[in-house]
Amino acid sequence: MIRVVLPPHLRSLARVGSEISVPVGGAATQRAVLDAIEAAYPMLRGTMRDHVTHQRRALVRFYACERDLSHESPDALLPVLVAEGREPLLVVGAMAGG
Amino acid sequence: MSHVRVLVGTRKGAFVLTSDGARQRWAVDGPHFPGWEIYHVKGSPADPDRLYASQSSGWFGQLIQRSDDGGRTWNPVDNKFTYAGVPGTHMWYDGTPHPWEFKRVWHLEPSLTDRDVVYAGVEDAALFKSADGGASWTELSGLRSHGSGPHWQPGAGGLCLHTIVLDPTNEQRMFVAISAAGAFRTEDGGKSWTAINKGLHSAQIPDPDADVGHCVHRIAMHPSNPQRLYMQKHWDVMRSDNGGDSWYEVSGNLPSDFGFPIDVHAHEPETIYVVPIKSDHFHFPPDGKLRVYRSRTGGNEWEALTNGLPQQDCYVNVLRDAMAVDSLDSCGIYFGTSGGQVYASRDAGDHWTPIVHDLPPVMSVEVQTFA
Repeated sequence: MIRVVLPPHLRSLARVGSEISVPVGGAATQRAVLDAIEAAYPMLRGTMRDHVTHQRRALVRFYACERDLSHESPDALLPVLVAEGREPLLVVGAMAGG
Repeated sequence: MSHVRVLVGTRKGAFVLTSDGARQRWAVDGPHFPGWEIYHVKGSPADPDRLYASQSSGWFGQLIQRSDDGGRTWNPVDNKFTYAGVPGTHMWYDGTPHPWEFKRVWHLEPSLTDRDVVYAGVEDAALFKSADGGASWTELSGLRSHGSGPHWQPGAGGLCLHTIVLDPTNEQRMFVAISAAGAFRTEDGGKSWTAINKGLHSAQIPDPDADVGHCVHRIAMHPSNPQRLYMQKHWDVMRSDNGGDSWYEVSGNLPSDFGFPIDVHAHEPETIYVVPIKSDHFHFPPDGKLRVYRSRTGGNEWEALTNGLPQQDCYVNVLRDAMAVDSLDSCGIYFGTSGGQVYASRDAGDHWTPIVHDLPPVMSVEVQTFA
């Protein structure tokens, strides 16, 4: 299971607590984790990435293990600690505003 | 017992305001979807407990919420708005072609007769329809492909389809308005469209009398006469007596004919309301006075309605979807401001009282009447 921390607005939308766990079969990549999140919580489709292109929404960030993974390939492997469930993948609304 | 329900969309959530028919004491419920921009909330005339809400965020995009119990609980429905076929391009601010890109839903218009049918006006300008209560959306692509679409250009607020008016006598007939393309009409349920901008004059575009390119802000109709349309344009208040085939100006003695909303009295098809705004460069009322103007003659002759409205140091705006009327015997008029006030008049505009005065900036106001 991959642990994922959602931002507050998406927690409210999905009616979940601060952290969820989703099953990922095969390689633990951003794409696989997002596929698993959207399968378990269909109301989150389109909120983190585009419905069709699957491009990350501009103001959504993916962090883990104190690293910004947002600009990595969606098919790159996530850090081992995330893949092993020892650290969560953080989905973050980017800082914006003044 | 009669009562009214006022649905308010704001920059930071939705609010449901309710009162009995006296409309003197109000209950405020909300915020629903706190922190999200709620461009529009509207109830189904066929089933008043069926509500649709457009919820969006710069971070997380567009959602559509549906309530089946009058706004007590909500559930997200489909939020996938995909343009039909190869979307093509419209004109960008710099005059170059720009791909159509979905950004948000500005307006939701439920069918007058079927609670599961609802139309969505979106940015970049297009019209979508759901026939299953929002569970899926299909573009009525005849609008964008009717011929002028590649020449549509956004105004400062974006290329948005913000107005959808349904003909109560003919469900195949509807009107839409797009900033800054103009007004369009379909007679076949959205398959084919005609630009209906004859008579509009806009000094802000190269050809002031062009077939398309006008920044129409809002269109209103009284259900008793679908041939009579009223329009608040970027500048000018306009009227059509032939279903939009042609328009003529009825700004008359308004202190400014710039503004956003326009609406019609529930029982008097000739009585209309606008909120003059100083100009497109200011977006606040003239002279710091918030005044609704009423015409009882279908335009041209206007009276200022000020009783209960701030008449000094007031610099709020009233957006295009932020005015509505109820249909109780003494018609109620409602509007919301960028300052977070929702004003109500229970005597057709003669006297005004704020229902609430500290909401986030108000984007839309709709009213449901339960006689």
